[in-house]
Amino acid sequence: MTALAALIRRDIKIALRVGGGALIGVLFFLTVTVLMPFAIGPDLALLTRLGPAILWLGALLASLLTLDRLFTADHEDGSLDLIVMGRAPLELACAAKALAHWLAAGVPLIVATPVLGLLLNLDATATSAVALTLLVGTPALTFTGMIGAALAVTLHRGGLLLAVLVLPLSIPVLIFGVAASQAAITGPLSFGTPFSILCALSLVSLVVGPFAAAASLRHGLD
Amino acid sequence: MTLIDLANPTKFLSLTARVLPWLAGATAILLLIGFYQAAMAPDDYQQGATAKIMFVHVPNAWLAMFVWGVMSIAALGTLVWRHPLADVAAKAAVPIGAAFTFLALVTGSLWGRPMWGTYWEWDARMTSVLILFLMYLGLMALWRAVDDPSRAARAAAVLTLVGAINLPIIKFSVDWWNTLHQPAAVLRMGGTSLDKAFLIPLLVMAVGFSLLFVTLHLAAMRNEILRRRVRSLQMMQASQQAA
Amino acid sequence: MRLSGRHIDCIRGGREVFFGLDFEASSGQALAVVGPNGSGKTSLLRLIAGLLVPAGGSVSLEGGEAELTLPEQSHYLGHRDAMKPALSVAENLSFWRDFLGGAAGDLGRCLSAVGLAHATHLPAAYLSAGQRRRLSIARLLVVRRPVWLLDEPTSALDTAGQDLFVGVMREHLAGGGIIVAATHSPLGIETRELRMGGGK
Repeated sequence: MTALAALIRRDIKIALRVGGGALIGVLFFLTVTVLMPFAIGPDLALLTRLGPAILWLGALLASLLTLDRLFTADHEDGSLDLIVMGRAPLELACAAKALAHWLAAGVPLIVATPVLGLLLNLDATATSAVALTLLVGTPALTFTGMIGAALAVTLHRGGLLLAVLVLPLSIPVLIFGVAASQAAITGPLSFGTPFSILCALSLVSLVVGPFAAAASLRHGLD
Repeated sequence: MTLIDLANPTKFLSLTARVLPWLAGATAILLLIGFYQAAMAPDDYQQGATAKIMFVHVPNAWLAMFVWGVMSIAALGTLVWRHPLADVAAKAAVPIGAAFTFLALVTGSLWGRPMWGTYWEWDARMTSVLILFLMYLGLMALWRAVDDPSRAARAAAVLTLVGAINLPIIKFSVDWWNTLHQPAAVLRMGGTSLDKAFLIPLLVMAVGFSLLFVTLHLAAMRNEILRRRVRSLQMMQASQQAA
Repeated sequence: MRLSGRHIDCIRGGREVFFGLDFEASSGQALAVVGPNGSGKTSLLRLIAGLLVPAGGSVSLEGGEAELTLPEQSHYLGHRDAMKPALSVAENLSFWRDFLGGAAGDLGRCLSAVGLAHATHLPAAYLSAGQRRRLSIARLLVVRRPVWLLDEPTSALDTAGQDLFVGVMREHLAGGGIIVAATHSPLGIETRELRMGGGK
């Protein structure tokens, strides 16, 4: 177990120290949220209605773009070879890296949500609803996106192709994340149903993601 | 000739060379019969003659998903058994599956136009097909992005299987999303129960299009095997000239 | 302990790199893999390390620990150093010690052994190429694994570094370890030679 804990600790340390890492995701989140009113117009009522959707889209894009380097950084300096040769199963090592990424890059997005909610004229209920769904949903985004990140090692270039591959897989999370937020705000439907489905999606991705990523990495190292 | 012999690309080439003309013939006959029966079938009382696009749309939509299933089996062949023809089968199937999906989208859109008044309405089934189309395109991009064929095959295999797992989830989510935003969905495609007069032509068309897929797939696999042989020969030539 | 490979075929990128290769190395022996570029030296090392799957044949370790696989009992020193510039020397080394399963508390000794004790808390970014290579060698010391797979280990080292590494290798062999090293130049220790052909 110390092996995986060491991996998580290392990844978080690097994410916090290297300039680009974690906070650039929050900056991107902020930028996208700020862009929306320019496209939609400063109609506060409209922004309030679209608020949860805008925040979810921003969080989705922000986590996707920061996942690019999840495995390629280790591949480039030879660390990935050694991780594959370690005593920890590759699936767990992948899961550990994804967890570290979520802690370093995903959680700041959730923390930033209340501030961004202000920009979009969301009240406290709405903001907490969005933050809660993001808390439960961003792991799904990270653990689904890691599959693309692992494929990026084979591709030698991530970027747009990575996004194209991963975004269709993220659609269910987006649907239920926004639906749960909306349900908490306006409430034609109970909050519980979409929220539990969102939790289920996260749990499924916690299993499928590491297995798929490990499979890609093993075969991509040839 | 046992099944394992099919694993040999040379045997595969000779076998398919014999079988392919018959398959092509059978496909053509079935599709002709199907189209004829579709044209002869009575008009739908509600939608008129345009409902007959269903005879092309439904088999194509079904095939779009079926081809992903075939690719998933090929993906297992690549990852689990490292079967030599699995890579070829997977790669050859992608553009064909994408084409069927595209046809399903186009025919679905044309079918819906008289009913909805627009070429596209975000109804659940068509949206799911659209997402499937995006996934096909992404898979094609992945195949092209990796130079080494065996690495490309393995990367594509992982993505295909992940996609296969996600397709039911995506379908469920999109259905849910649709009922959430359109509680008063009025006209649903294919919602009315099918009359026997419609069922037989539909089945004929379904089998005909499936045979079309098999024919095209085998032909594409032959091409891919030949393409790989050319590549090997070129690589051998390159290393000889270097020595 | 005996590391052996039987009838190994290696295919990379559709090209047959080598075919029907046999090799053997026992405890206390060093095998130098020599040959022209493209003959498959790196591929052979990666194959033993489990990073490449052979198209045919097998590699095995007799006399090692039964529950561990060969990669889990090997160190691989490739061209790249596997060190993160953002972390300090000590942090880099302690990570690999924890991840690869070494005994705690050996850091200072290993860093002294490679002459990096003075840089313990400096970010690895400040190290020169030769110093980074030494840090990778320290990784071989901080976790005990019987098989060492070295790819051109002395290439980035200066004379002092090379002497140091010779000492390190001798100690490893004296302790019953096995070394398989791909190299263009003499390693400075007694080796048996495995000559790789001109590729095909």
